[in-house]
Amino acid sequence: MSAIEKIPLEQTELLRFITAGSVDDGKSTLIGRLLHDSKSIFEDQLSSITNTTRKRGMMEGVDLSLLTDGLQAEREQGITIDVAYRYFATPKRKFIIADTPGHEQYTRNMVTGASTANLAVILIDARKGVLTQSRRHAYLASLVGIPHLVVAVNKMDLVDYSQSVFDGICKDFSAFAERLNLHHVDFIPISALKGDMVVERGDRLDWYKGTTLMDLLENISISHDVNKEDFRFPVQWVCRPHTEKLHDFRGYMGRIESGAIQVGDPITVLPSGLNSRVKEIVLYEGTVAEAEAPQSVTLTIEDHLDISRGDVMVKTGDLPQVTKAFDAMLCWLSEQPLDPARKYLIKHTTRVVKAVVNRIDYQVDVNTMNQETSDKLTMNDIAHVNIKVQQPLVCDDYQRNRATGCFIVIDESSNNTVGAGMICASA
Amino acid sequence: MSNRPFAHLDALESESIHIMREVAAECANPVLLFSGGKDSIVLLRLAEKAFRPCRFPFPLMHIDTEHNFPEVIEFRDHRAKELGERLIVRSMEDSIKKGRVVLRSETQSRNAFQSVTLLDAIAEFKFDACIGGARRDEEKARAKERIFSFRDEFGQWDPKNQRPELWDLYNTRTHSGENIRVFPISNWTELDVWEYILRENLEVPSIYFAHEREVIRRESGLLPVSHLVQPDADEHSEKMTVRFRTVGDMSCTCPVASNAATVEAIIAETAMTRITERGATRMDDQTSDASMELRKKEGYF
Repeated sequence: MSAIEKIPLEQTELLRFITAGSVDDGKSTLIGRLLHDSKSIFEDQLSSITNTTRKRGMMEGVDLSLLTDGLQAEREQGITIDVAYRYFATPKRKFIIADTPGHEQYTRNMVTGASTANLAVILIDARKGVLTQSRRHAYLASLVGIPHLVVAVNKMDLVDYSQSVFDGICKDFSAFAERLNLHHVDFIPISALKGDMVVERGDRLDWYKGTTLMDLLENISISHDVNKEDFRFPVQWVCRPHTEKLHDFRGYMGRIESGAIQVGDPITVLPSGLNSRVKEIVLYEGTVAEAEAPQSVTLTIEDHLDISRGDVMVKTGDLPQVTKAFDAMLCWLSEQPLDPARKYLIKHTTRVVKAVVNRIDYQVDVNTMNQETSDKLTMNDIAHVNIKVQQPLVCDDYQRNRATGCFIVIDESSNNTVGAGMICASA
Repeated sequence: MSNRPFAHLDALESESIHIMREVAAECANPVLLFSGGKDSIVLLRLAEKAFRPCRFPFPLMHIDTEHNFPEVIEFRDHRAKELGERLIVRSMEDSIKKGRVVLRSETQSRNAFQSVTLLDAIAEFKFDACIGGARRDEEKARAKERIFSFRDEFGQWDPKNQRPELWDLYNTRTHSGENIRVFPISNWTELDVWEYILRENLEVPSIYFAHEREVIRRESGLLPVSHLVQPDADEHSEKMTVRFRTVGDMSCTCPVASNAATVEAIIAETAMTRITERGATRMDDQTSDASMELRKKEGYF
């Protein structure tokens, strides 16, 4: 295969974010505002929601929150039932919003939306201040390890754009957030309804010297959101073309989940522990000398080793844990409660194994963050558990490495996804 | 290591390749739905990136309404041959002959009835996963659909009862008779697709580019004159310079007035355009606010 220079790259980054807030916090209005003011709403969408706004009796303006209503049942009942994804772009970045509804299934939906997010926008109603639900949103954001948190204090128009109201909320939130494992928090006063400080600055918040929400979304640095230190390469698929030209070709296909690799680097295959070196890094376009997360690549190695899907290649000397029992934070997603007597399936990286929940250490009250003893898990519960698996998993602590620290739990009889887990592997 | 940003197209591409490889590894008998349209053209390049130098671990399949533009069918066959991959074609005409599909008239749109032929083909080949080129930015119901979208044994989608989808850990499990629809480019937009076509220098059917065509102005759109669509007594046809943004059933796929004759010009036009892709081009999506949702529940892509 021919060697190529680096593939030319466009400079627009992709930022995935989630908006967290309850029904009355103006979350849909904020998303509508971001789409509208960034000129991402199409004329036919606008005329359709204008019609609906009139049908519902509002004779003036456009209810921007209607943009995020999806399904028939939702439009009839005026509720949102699941995670929806929205897309918009500015010249600087492309954005994917995971829009999650704010009612009783909140934990399940927010964890789902947050699992792929770089950033969370937590909405707080300026009139109400930091509520139980704000604390819940912040806790879930920290649990799922979202790298950036933005607290948007909304409805500033209803508190006369008061600086002291805003400062008070920032102080309350910061005091509480100290207890959480949050990396970075920004505060922005906004009015999603009037458009202040969302895309345009407006002229009613002159005392605020920080950036607008859009400015922040466009410029916050996300290049370090992926773990760059530890090379982790779960094998997805083994490619053996068996053609005359490539008779002995054996390529290990997968995505570099974290870190980087160069031709010649010594690697260890886990769980077997066998060693070799990287011979080639193959892309469709040709071979390259180095590659990094999150690229999907094909690797060949110097030695003939028995490697199959589910094995993980790492750099020799930078080893993850290889274990058949581990602690984890487990979020239960199913209406059917966890049955500790049953075996479940766990999907972790590219490996699916049988598992049992060995022990429930404590449950976390997502509203108070208090730990409570518990012997059961029902939908939306979050607990610290110990899990035993039939075959060893190659894993890292979730807070250090999302990709090798996360897993889902599957009920073998219904085939449903019933749990989401984050491994606690700190020694 | 460099701190350069990972560009959006690279991020989307890598995610899609990862999805394709998960399907190949975990599903027993997958198939890739290839229509000759731009989204499935992108899917084929992603499959090449995912599996070369090996063959694709799945065949290609087209559900042919026989209301397709001839240029697109020609392109479909040419592309499959060029790739050296197996192409299965199942025709709606057969479903009609068997009495599985009953149409009111020969010229009626066949989009909605593709589901019957698709479900029959899934049963015939016992496919447990169909890879398709749907995107979430296309339509409201799509925005809520999972990348791995589970269908029951009647091929139906239950939007209120979807499996949670977290991180990049996809649950691909099905019982016998059930199947999964997989949408590797869920997170791509129309613009991303065109930018990728440009970057990868991909060939697309000629009807995507501006050309002269006989059209009729009907309701809010333009309809191409063909053996399926003729002007009514009070209408007249006219020659216009148009292009198609989507390719589908000739009886309801509308072109837009455009002079965009190159991929670059299409990108410039797409970046500026003020009407959604389906809003401009599909008359069957304008019949009710929920028409896509209803079709999907019946087993549509």
